[in-house]
Amino acid sequence: MKIITAVKRVVDYNVSVRVKSDQSGVDIANVKMSMNPFDEIAVEEATRLREKGQATEVIAVSCGVLQSQETLRTALAIGADRAVLVQTDAELQPLAVAKLLKAVVDKEQPQLVILGKQAIDDDANQTGQMLAALLDWPQATFASKVEIADGVATVTREVDGGAETVRLVLPAIVTTDLRLNEPRYVTLPNIMKAKKKPLEVLTPEALGVDPAPRLQTVRVVEPAARKAGVKVADVAALVDKLKNEAKVI
Amino acid sequence: MTTLVIAEHDHGAIKSATLNTVAAARLLGGPVHVLVAGFNARGAADAAAAVEGVEKVLLADAAHLGDFLAENVSAQVLAVAAGYSHLLFAATANGKNVAPRVAAKLDVAQISEIISVESADTFARPIYAGNAIATVRSTDAVKVITVRTTAFDAAAVGGNAVVEVVAPAAASDKVSFVSREVSKNERPELTSARTVVSGGRGLGSAENFKILDPLAEKLGAALGASRAAVDAGYAPNDWQVGQTGKIVAPQLYIAVGISGAIQHLAGMKDAKVIVAINKDAEAPIFGMADYALANDLFKAVPELTAALRQKNSS
Repeated sequence: MKIITAVKRVVDYNVSVRVKSDQSGVDIANVKMSMNPFDEIAVEEATRLREKGQATEVIAVSCGVLQSQETLRTALAIGADRAVLVQTDAELQPLAVAKLLKAVVDKEQPQLVILGKQAIDDDANQTGQMLAALLDWPQATFASKVEIADGVATVTREVDGGAETVRLVLPAIVTTDLRLNEPRYVTLPNIMKAKKKPLEVLTPEALGVDPAPRLQTVRVVEPAARKAGVKVADVAALVDKLKNEAKVI
Repeated sequence: MTTLVIAEHDHGAIKSATLNTVAAARLLGGPVHVLVAGFNARGAADAAAAVEGVEKVLLADAAHLGDFLAENVSAQVLAVAAGYSHLLFAATANGKNVAPRVAAKLDVAQISEIISVESADTFARPIYAGNAIATVRSTDAVKVITVRTTAFDAAAVGGNAVVEVVAPAAASDKVSFVSREVSKNERPELTSARTVVSGGRGLGSAENFKILDPLAEKLGAALGASRAAVDAGYAPNDWQVGQTGKIVAPQLYIAVGISGAIQHLAGMKDAKVIVAINKDAEAPIFGMADYALANDLFKAVPELTAALRQKNSS
């Protein structure tokens, strides 16, 4: 069984982004870029399934600019066997990414695709579900546990108010939540090994996909700032403020 | 131009998230219909019909809609979607699960977690964990949208819409529901509570976390937690407030032993009043708290609980 895992190059989660003065977007020039944290969990999960003997090959796929190759090398260092980059400088929105991934899935015929539940840049939380719909595959989003046996994935999902478990007939889509696993640290020998693993470059044109965006960004602004309030000396002063000033208790 | 709101409900009644979503739908200007897809869900449909501003309720009632599986609910939405210009979902675990499937099938973009409606095709939504707000315009014929419920005041009750029963769409044979584990929580639901008491890594252990119980009890508050506290096992997963957890906007948010990582602040910065209790006077959360108490939480929390008891009895 082949597994595809999708990875996105995003602004590192430790970077606090700044909005550009012309309101056209956030400034990502010269900021540290990394793999989307939820995608790291996806690559780790796929790798563990292969290490347990439940998968034969893990293919990491990314869509985006040339530098996404670095993100794919990280996926290869975690444990993916080979990588595919669908390279384009065009702005990619989730529907376009889902269509590109569908084209790669049609070509590679995996039984499972694991994606992060959302990317920490656009916070869309769409691509996995869209890919499932385009393929007419079942899906388990926000996964906290994945078990594969006899052509069925049994997945525990994090939902409002607790968790639920669903059974999916493979092939299927899984999107990862935070507590599915803790991704391993990549070691230097594995980084060196990753450099020698195959990385294929495709284009949207070659896959027959029009990635044109459907949403136009009108402007991007800073959120309304919340100003710091007052320091209170003790609990009595706090209770007084909450009661008489804020009037919330 | 008519909007269809996909109701969030428990079959017997609608959830408050539906009221917020209807409120967002009314801002679009056209008539508002509500789809209740469930099993033995007449109660929920009647409740939806009583929401102010709702013109019609569609009820799809079938066993395979009982567990809200995305495959089945999205098929139901698509079966009735013709003629609607906007399909609105609450940005809850269910809404986020289903909406993108609908959008992809319609070959349209989805606009996630809108926080305001500028016009029928232009919406504001947070990106980068709320560190930037993007205003986007959709060029698609149908707008599939999830609504951040805390950004819209709930629609009032006081309508009298008709309920129309629609044929259930076919069930998927590729997915089945196994079980649900509901976390035990006697406190109000986190995302709709008026007051939230949240604990962070400063609590130190699951045992110590219980120090918040009497305070939450006293305030009638929901309990929340930072990601650090959840990761450390002090609190259940679904208590997590933040970019990757729940987004809350209560009247009063009390952050106890929470330093204030960006990802946590993204989940609670729209609270009306924020109180931070932390012994580290340099904690980032103090930069946005209305009232900052730099004190040992193990001393301050019991004191605060006791003070509230006195206040109420006096």
